Amino acid sequence: MSGSEVIIVGGGVTGLSAGWWLARSGVKVTVLDKFIVGWEASGRNGGGASHYSSPLFDEEQRLWPQMDELLGYPTEHQKGRILIAMTERQWEQYRFIAERHTRLNHPIELLDVKQVQEAVPLAGDNCFGGVHYKFGGHANPQRTVQAYAWALQDLGGKIIQHSPVTGFETAGGKVTGVKTANGTYGCDAVVVAAGPQIPHLMAQLGVDVPLAAARAEMIITEPAPMMPLGGVDGHKIYGRQTLRGNLAYGGGPHEWLDVDANGPAARPSTPLARNLAKRLAELLPKAAHLNVIRSWAGVIENSPDGRPIIDRLTSPDNVVVASMSSVGFGLSPASGHAIRDLVIDGTCSFTNIDLLKLSRFDKLEKNWREKRGWMPIS
Amino acid sequence: MELNFTGTDICAVNGTRSAPEAKYDLVVIGAGPSGIAAAIDGAASGASVLLVDENPVSGALMGNDTPLYFGGRMTAATQNTDRMLEAIFMSMPDLEKAMEAGVELLLGTTAWGVYRNGPGVQSLPEQVVGLADSERSWMVGFDRIVLATGARDLAIAFPGWNQPGVMGAAALQMLLSRYGAFSGRRIVVLGSHDLALETALLALEYGLEVVGLVEVRDAPQGDAALIEKIAEAGIAIHYGQSIAASKGGLDGIEAITLTDGTHIACDTVCVAIGLVPSIELVDAMHGPRALNPARGGYIPAGEPNVAAVGTCAGLPDTGFDHIAYRMDWVRAALRVNAPDTIICQCEEVTLADLIGVQPPNYLPRPAAIQARSLGTLLDDGPANPDQIKRLTRSGMGVCQGRRCRDQVAMMLAIESDKPFGTIPLASHRAPVRPLPLKILAEWDEPTAMEAAWDVWFGIPTQWVPVEDIGTEHQDAHREMLYTGMYK
Repeated sequence: MSGSEVIIVGGGVTGLSAGWWLARSGVKVTVLDKFIVGWEASGRNGGGASHYSSPLFDEEQRLWPQMDELLGYPTEHQKGRILIAMTERQWEQYRFIAERHTRLNHPIELLDVKQVQEAVPLAGDNCFGGVHYKFGGHANPQRTVQAYAWALQDLGGKIIQHSPVTGFETAGGKVTGVKTANGTYGCDAVVVAAGPQIPHLMAQLGVDVPLAAARAEMIITEPAPMMPLGGVDGHKIYGRQTLRGNLAYGGGPHEWLDVDANGPAARPSTPLARNLAKRLAELLPKAAHLNVIRSWAGVIENSPDGRPIIDRLTSPDNVVVASMSSVGFGLSPASGHAIRDLVIDGTCSFTNIDLLKLSRFDKLEKNWREKRGWMPIS
Repeated sequence: MELNFTGTDICAVNGTRSAPEAKYDLVVIGAGPSGIAAAIDGAASGASVLLVDENPVSGALMGNDTPLYFGGRMTAATQNTDRMLEAIFMSMPDLEKAMEAGVELLLGTTAWGVYRNGPGVQSLPEQVVGLADSERSWMVGFDRIVLATGARDLAIAFPGWNQPGVMGAAALQMLLSRYGAFSGRRIVVLGSHDLALETALLALEYGLEVVGLVEVRDAPQGDAALIEKIAEAGIAIHYGQSIAASKGGLDGIEAITLTDGTHIACDTVCVAIGLVPSIELVDAMHGPRALNPARGGYIPAGEPNVAAVGTCAGLPDTGFDHIAYRMDWVRAALRVNAPDTIICQCEEVTLADLIGVQPPNYLPRPAAIQARSLGTLLDDGPANPDQIKRLTRSGMGVCQGRRCRDQVAMMLAIESDKPFGTIPLASHRAPVRPLPLKILAEWDEPTAMEAAWDVWFGIPTQWVPVEDIGTEHQDAHREMLYTGMYK
């Protein structure tokens, strides 16, 4: 493929990583984005990188500790996580997860209340215990998306921002060009990694990609004293202490939306900030006096089973479609590698991703969203 | 895994939010003269009216230059809430009239967010405003809302501006005329437009020493009668100047040096270059707003049930182009400030790192990132303050960007050689005032939300480890971790 031109539709973390991996293989890459790289969910998430349920997990874990060096830019990646149980039920659930990690040889340690307080200075004696993952971790989403973009440019790739994709040109069973308001880009292959807009784009190629979009929210506090390990969550919220000290957390109810071809119309946050604040004040009681200084929302898409779709189509056969189904940031080093392999070799070199094929939804009911209750409020 | 769907996603927010604690026909935010008048009008027409004002704010907030730019020049009197409340009633006799008219008044109560359904959200039971006092937060429903949030101080960096004694004109006026709680004695005022002239004259009235005005342009900018009064008081206006250097000690600023070398001893520099309409709530609620240079910046565009009054709706239009004036000050600041002049005080972002788009000091700066700058970023598209914020952290601190957001936007315009109006307004987000977790928290959360709360979407097939698919562990996983959406 050396010397050929690949267009990536969507400058989120998945598209940027794919572009970076392709550029590393000597492919000419152009990333088209409707606005600014990482502006949607890729730059607004919790930054977690511990996705043990994914076939991409081993590659995620292998790559993150190297990413700063590989990209040449800091991602703020930090290793390890501690989950704190704040109810008896959560403690039962987290121990269940811990047993699973032990069975699968993921290194963990169970912490009693005293050990939690030693490891997490902002925690209190109001918890039931914790699980320390000696794997996984977290990074700064905003810094990471920009790092991918810059690293891609350093390898000769192009980023074209403010250029929403409007359609495709096809010939001989292949996509030969990608159309934007500012012009058409000829290509040998296309990666469609446009998040909630994927169904609209793929429909133009006659391909049905079942995805439903929803809004989720986060809050952030002023800086707290640095804890030895920033990846502290549990109590059914997710998040981290940033390297600056801020506590950034999300979780809880989402709201299903319809997103049109132009992408999310807005990303409003709601009074849910109060429910996140409650849980964070319970999880880290010694931080309860800290000021919340922002809240925000992001829009993510989910497939019917909540697992990613990473697949190369049979027709047109030079198109790879990639949706990470609302869990894309942490897996991005690995998803980009998998997409690179599909584009260049037609198959993933490092793990079996048959589970992520689009064809698993061939017999999906037309009313799959209604059946799940994944409908917007009308 | 066989999933039997119930048709309802209990983990979605639908119907699980709490109802507001109270509902009013009209809520007025801000109990200045315009807000009080709007509240009295509302009550006179028979409406139920709630009037809230965040003042007196806590000493901690004042220390963070919130809501105004106090510059650490408030006396210990501002720590006494009762005394502050009394001072507010003394300075605003119309507050009593409003209460007599039937207006419910809450002082020391912050409006930190306004929420309503619209693009991207349909799950709110009704439009609500979030309120908080020193004890707790709560939500209040409304039919109409009037924003009388006033205007806040514009800050512009000069060498040494990040020390006590550098403050804004609105903050100085409030400390003097409302609270009698200003700790400075010798003041230099920056600017010569009406705000600067009025502030200098007020300071004189309060027996303070005004040791000079500094004007970046070559001629006086404000009302001729006010200029005359300044001249009569024997106060020098230094034209064509800005602050080139400053000297400070433990108590903050001690002296400044102008670009022409003039040395002025002072304990306070009052930045009176401009006021910015306080549109945080409007912007955070995705309300329409428009740039109006004659009225001091972005102002609310107005909606049927959302009105803005007083300076929140814009400064009085005298034909003066406030934006052009401020841009002159920022151009001068860019000439004078050293690369290590701090622009964002909360996050300690220097001018060089802002324009260089460099990460904060706790991160490494490999060669690749040192080669990046605003210039290289502009190759990818126009400057966006929110992107600069993400990369440099300027505006990300506890003052919520009040001290740097305006000047950063102006610097981006100048450095990218574009008109100010082409630079997007950096986003405002709720809570629009810093609010402690324990205050913001909804401690009496609805049980339906509590019962269905999931860390993410509550989709069991999303998290089953690949190794467990098709094994007995798969069902155990669902049973242990998920309930509700699936039978």
